[in-house]
Amino acid sequence: MAYEVTEERGSSHAKSPMETVLDGYEAKSYKNRKRHMVTVDHALETPQEITANVRTVPGLLTHRGCCFAGCKGVVLGPVKDALTIVHGPIGCAFYTWGTRRHKAVPGDDGLNLVPYAFSTDMRESDIVFGGEKKLMQAIEEGIELFHPNAVFICSTCPVGLIGDDIHAVAERAEKKFGVKCVAFSCEGYKGVSQSAGHHIASNQLIRRVIGENDTPPEGKFSVNILGEYNIGGDGWETERLLRRCGIEVVSVMTGDGAVAAMQRSHMAGLNLVQCHRSINYIAEMMQTQYGIDWIKVNFVGVKSTVKSLRAIAAYFGDSDLSDRVEAVIAEELADIQDDIDYYKSRLTGKTAALYVGGSRSHHYQGLLRELGVATVLAGYEFAHRDDYEGREVIDSIKVDADNKNIETLHVEPVDGKYHVRFSPEKLEELKSSIEGMGYYGGMVKEMENGTLMVDDLNHFETEEFVKLLKPDVFFSGIKDKFVLQKSGVVSRQLHSYDYQGPYAGFRGAVNFAHDLDMEIHSPIWDRIAPPWRNRPLLNGDIADAAQKSEGGEK
Amino acid sequence: MLDATPRESVMERKGLVANPCKTCQPVGAIYAALGVHGVMPHSHGSQGCVAFHRMFLTRHFKEPVMASTSAFTEGASVFGGGANLKTAVNNIFDVYNPDVIAIHTTCLSETIGDDLHAFTSALDIPEGKRVIYCSTPSYVGSHITGFASMAAGFVDHLAEQTGTSTNRLFVIPGFVNPGDMRELKTYLDAFGIDYTMMPDTTGVLDTPMTGRFELYPKGGTPLAEVKALGDARKTLALGSWASEPCANALKRKFDIDFDVQGLPIGLQATDDYIMALSDFSSLPVPRVVDDVRGQLVDSMLDVHQYLSGKRVAIAGDPDTVIGLTRFVLECGMIPAFVGTGTPGGDFQKKIAALCAEYGIDEEACWCKAEVDYFELHQRIIQNPVDLLLGPSLWKQIAKAEDIPLVRCGFPIIDRYMHPLMPIVGYRGALHLLQMIADTLMDRQDRLCEDCDLEFVM
Repeated sequence: MAYEVTEERGSSHAKSPMETVLDGYEAKSYKNRKRHMVTVDHALETPQEITANVRTVPGLLTHRGCCFAGCKGVVLGPVKDALTIVHGPIGCAFYTWGTRRHKAVPGDDGLNLVPYAFSTDMRESDIVFGGEKKLMQAIEEGIELFHPNAVFICSTCPVGLIGDDIHAVAERAEKKFGVKCVAFSCEGYKGVSQSAGHHIASNQLIRRVIGENDTPPEGKFSVNILGEYNIGGDGWETERLLRRCGIEVVSVMTGDGAVAAMQRSHMAGLNLVQCHRSINYIAEMMQTQYGIDWIKVNFVGVKSTVKSLRAIAAYFGDSDLSDRVEAVIAEELADIQDDIDYYKSRLTGKTAALYVGGSRSHHYQGLLRELGVATVLAGYEFAHRDDYEGREVIDSIKVDADNKNIETLHVEPVDGKYHVRFSPEKLEELKSSIEGMGYYGGMVKEMENGTLMVDDLNHFETEEFVKLLKPDVFFSGIKDKFVLQKSGVVSRQLHSYDYQGPYAGFRGAVNFAHDLDMEIHSPIWDRIAPPWRNRPLLNGDIADAAQKSEGGEK
Repeated sequence: MLDATPRESVMERKGLVANPCKTCQPVGAIYAALGVHGVMPHSHGSQGCVAFHRMFLTRHFKEPVMASTSAFTEGASVFGGGANLKTAVNNIFDVYNPDVIAIHTTCLSETIGDDLHAFTSALDIPEGKRVIYCSTPSYVGSHITGFASMAAGFVDHLAEQTGTSTNRLFVIPGFVNPGDMRELKTYLDAFGIDYTMMPDTTGVLDTPMTGRFELYPKGGTPLAEVKALGDARKTLALGSWASEPCANALKRKFDIDFDVQGLPIGLQATDDYIMALSDFSSLPVPRVVDDVRGQLVDSMLDVHQYLSGKRVAIAGDPDTVIGLTRFVLECGMIPAFVGTGTPGGDFQKKIAALCAEYGIDEEACWCKAEVDYFELHQRIIQNPVDLLLGPSLWKQIAKAEDIPLVRCGFPIIDRYMHPLMPIVGYRGALHLLQMIADTLMDRQDRLCEDCDLEFVM
C-alpha cells in the first residue's frame, strides 16, 4: 500500500472521505488512526468518542512537538521578567528563541528577557560527568547580568536521563542568590506531545509563583486572562477591550506576562480561560486554592467576543458594568460592521480546514462562519478528549502509561487566601445562566453533521483529505504551509498568523478577514500555469522552419 | 531592543550561553539527507526534535521539509528506541515509500546508547530499499557537524566500488543554499566536467510552483551516483568543517584522494575553485568564466570608495564566515569582529592568517570561535561597526545599535528568496557586493543632509 497507490484509492467516491483515507494504511495503523477520526453526526444517541492525547505512531510524519516545547516554548517563553535557562545541548534553546511571536514590552521594572535565549549548551563532558555545576554557574551569571525577578530552569531530554537534579540546583541557587529559582522537569520524551509540558509548567507556577503577593487589585472588577500568549498582540487587543469596559487585568498567563503579576493573580475576581488545553489546570487549581471561579471565554470571532464580554458582566452582576460592556460592544461593532460585511461578501461560500494546537481549531470556526466560510475538517495537534467532546468526558478518560507519569497536583484551599464569593445557591444560579462558567463544551458541539474531526493529523492524511475535501483554505502551521501552497491550496498559519495580527477581538476579526481575503484573492493564483501550457504544440509554417534549420547548418 | 544587555562592560561567562550562534547536529543532518533524491530523513529521538528541525528549515527555505521521527516516549527512553524505530521504518516504507531512510541520532538516543548498527541490521527492509544512519549527538559540534556526519554517512553506507573508474569529480558543496549549488554547477558545466555533487538540494529546496506537491521532488543527488562514488577519480571538498569529513570517509573506504578548499566566496576563493576544476579536467578555463570574473573585478573597483575602510562584524557558520571575511578584505573593508558558534578546528588561526595577508593589524580584528550573539553585541557596543554580515540572528543587534545588516548564510528566517540567490562563485560575489553596496549607500542617502544628497553616485 504504497504512497502512489493510495492516490488512486482517493478517487473512489463510494466510501466516505474518512474511510478512503484510512484505506491507505496497513492493518495496524488503520486500526490506530481510525480511533482518531470522527465524521460528526449529532443524530446519534450516544455522543461520539475520539481518541486523543495518546502516543503518536512512529514514522507517520506527525506535526506534534514535545513536552519541552509545551513547557518552555508555550507557557514559560512569554514570561518577560524571568530568566529562562534551557538546561541541555544548544538546539532546544535555539529553536525556542524569538520564533513564537509572543510579543512583550518591558514592564514597570524595565525588564524584558523575551528577545533572549539562554542555554547551558551542554557538551559531551557534561553528559558524562553531569551538568549541575554548569547549570549553577549559568544561573549565577544570568542573575549577575540581568537581575531577573525569577529564574526558570527547563530540562531537555538528556538531563533527565543522566539524572541531573535541577530541582536541587534551583533550591541551592535560590538560597545562595536570593532570587526565586524554579525548576521544570519538562524533558522532551515525557507524555505524548506538548500537552505534558503545559501541565508541568502549570504545576510549578501554582506551587512556586501564584499566590505569593496579596496586593489587592485597584478596581472593583478584576480578572486574570489564562491561556492567552499574546501571539501577534492578541492579548493586548483583549486587554484593551476589557479595560474599556472598566475591567482590570491583574495578570495574563502568560502573554506579555510577568512573575510579579502572576504572584498576585490570586487576588483577582475572576479567571478567564482562553486556551483551555494549555492552562485549564491552573484555572481549576486556583478555584480550589483561592475560590476564584473561571469562565471559558473566546475572544476570537465577533459573536464569541460579545458573548465573552457579556458573560464577564453577568458574573460580576453589576448593572453599571453591564451598561459599560453593552456600550463598548455597540461602539466596537459599529466600527467594524462595514468591514466585516465587505469581507463576508467576498468570502461567502468558501470552505476551510483547520489543524492547529489545542484550541484555535475550535476558536476560529465561529469567526469563519461569520465570514461565510464553512469548516469541513478540524483537528487538534495535542488536545485531550475534553477539548473535542467537552469537560463532561474528563472522568471517563483512561489514564495510560504515558500520561500517568505527568504529575497531577492535589491542592487544598489556602488558609487566609480562600475567598468565598457567592453562596452555593447563587453559584449554581450563575453556572446555569452563564455558558462556560467552569465548563468547556469542546469543539464537536459547534460542528456541522458530516464534517470531520481528526486528532494528530499527519502528513499523509493532510494530503489525502485535501484531495478529497478540496478546502479553499487550510489553516495550519509552518510544517504544512508550503506543502499546501505547492498543492495550490491557500494556506494560512494559525500558530503564527503568518507574522500578521492581532486576530483577537473585534478589530482582530477584521485583520483576520483582510488577510484571508488577500490570500484567497491573490492575483498570482490564476497565473501558476505558464501561458504556453495550453497552446497548440506546433505553430508556424513547417517549410519555413525547415528552411531556417538548413540555414543554421550552413 | 535588547535593553537588558549591560552596556558598560563585557562579562566573561563559563556557564551561560545567550543568543546562540549555532544549533544542534540533527538539523544539519536533515538538510544533508534532503540533498539525495528519494530520501526520507529520519530523526531517532523524541518527536519534538524533528518538529523543531522541520520548522526551522522551512522558515529558512520557505519550502516543504519532510522528515520523520521515532517519537520516543518515556518508555522508549528507558527500554531503548529499537521497537519505535522498527515501527517507524515499516510505516515510512508502507506509507511514504522512499528509496532510502536516512536516520540520524539525537542527544536522547545517544545518551541512552541506542545501537543503530544493531537496530538497522535487524530490520526487515523491502527489496531494493536502503536504511542508513549516522551519529549526530546534539551535545557535540553544531548543525555543521551534523551536515558533515550525514554526508559522510551516505558514503559509508551507500558508496560502492566496481573497480572501473567513472573518472568523475565528486564535489561536496558545503552547508550552502541550493542557489549556491546551482552556481557551483555552472562552472563544472562550463568545463564540461563529469561530476557528482552530494549533497545537492537543488530541485529539492528551491522547487518551482506548479500546483502539485512532490514528496520527493525531482532534485537531489541520484542514488545511482551516490553508489558510484567509490569509482570517482577525485573529491573536491568545499569547506573544511562541512565537507572534509565526507571526503575523508571516501578516502578511508576507497582511497580516493581529495582536496579541501574554503567555500568559494569572493574573488580569490572562487579563483581557487576554478583552478581546481582546470587542474582536474586538464582544460583551459572557458572564456565565459573570464568574463564573469572580469565583471566582478570591475564592479569591485566601481564601488570601492563606498566600501573601503568600513568596519564589518561577521558571524555565522565557520566555512561561510571564513569566505565572507576574505571577501570583505578583498573589498578593502575591515573585519572588525568575526565569530562562529561552531566549536573545533582552526577557525581563529585561519581568520588571523587572512588578516595578516591583507595587512590588517591583529588588534583590528577580534575573532572568536564558540561565540554567542550576546557577547558579539556587548563587544560591538564598546567598539561600533558600520555593517553586520551574516544570518537573521543579527537582527536584534542591528536594530538595537542601528547598524545596517546584510543577510547571508544560515539561517535567514525573516526574508525571502535568499536560498535561491548565490553568495558563492563570481555571480555570488556580485550578488553579495550589490547587497553590501546598496545597503551602505542607502544608509548614506538616508542619513545625509539634504544639501549633501548625491543625485549621482
